[in-house]
Amino acid sequence: MFNPLTQKKMSQKEDRPLKKVCIICAKGSIEDVYATLVMANGAVMEGIEAKVFFTFFGLDAITKKQMKKLHTGVVGNPALRMPGGIPFPTLLGIIPGVEAGVSAMMKKQMENLDIPPVDEFLDMITAGGGEIYACKLASDMFKLKKEDLSEHVMDIITVGDFYAMAGGENTQIIFT
Amino acid sequence: MATKNIAGSSVDVNEEGYLTDPSQWTREIAGELAKEENIELTDKHFEVLEFLRKEYQTGAQLTIRKVGKSGIIDIKGLYDLFPGGPLKKSSKIAGIPKPASCV
Repeated sequence: MFNPLTQKKMSQKEDRPLKKVCIICAKGSIEDVYATLVMANGAVMEGIEAKVFFTFFGLDAITKKQMKKLHTGVVGNPALRMPGGIPFPTLLGIIPGVEAGVSAMMKKQMENLDIPPVDEFLDMITAGGGEIYACKLASDMFKLKKEDLSEHVMDIITVGDFYAMAGGENTQIIFT
Repeated sequence: MATKNIAGSSVDVNEEGYLTDPSQWTREIAGELAKEENIELTDKHFEVLEFLRKEYQTGAQLTIRKVGKSGIIDIKGLYDLFPGGPLKKSSKIAGIPKPASCV
């Protein structure tokens, strides 16, 4: 069906650069947290405003006690391979210490690429004007207070507060 | 590739305005390139630029983290010097290629 509105949009090839990204991190594994951190830091480096909202298990990334101890899942992770490319057997993953070992290896490889540890990454993002927030509901659930969280956390906010921040032209919400 | 006249000398630049031959760079060219970005260069800027050029010559992958650890300036300071694109803008003004790094 002819729709004059979409027709108009398609013919206008405007270049509208991204102005703001609001990124949500709800998971606490290394790969989920780093996806968020890399995207947020990449945004501020390009001059794009970045607001990062950590919720649920993602709160580990900004909790003082946990942020240095993030792991990657070694059980039921079909993309995990050993050096050489052999798939990582799930049964191996259940042995105590294996998850920590694999996680330490991943962190070492990231360090070689100049990807910083979580606290330093938060430091870089906030240095560039990025803002870090914690979800109120999840903080209540995990009994976390502002003082349990990294000093880079600007505030503990509600979903409504988060959406209010996501206003404005050329803004995208990204759920990692 | 195009040739551009900056600060009285003819330099080769790519379509994004980055110098394609870092050896053509001079402090005067840096000053002109900075003006295009609305930046007025200070001694601190030049310290960063020289650091980037030195790092580039060693073949190192440039990151803002590396600049932050250089002892010249911290990352916040780097953002203040080159607002809205610390690594990209400083690389451009330093006459080296656009950094191909995500951090």
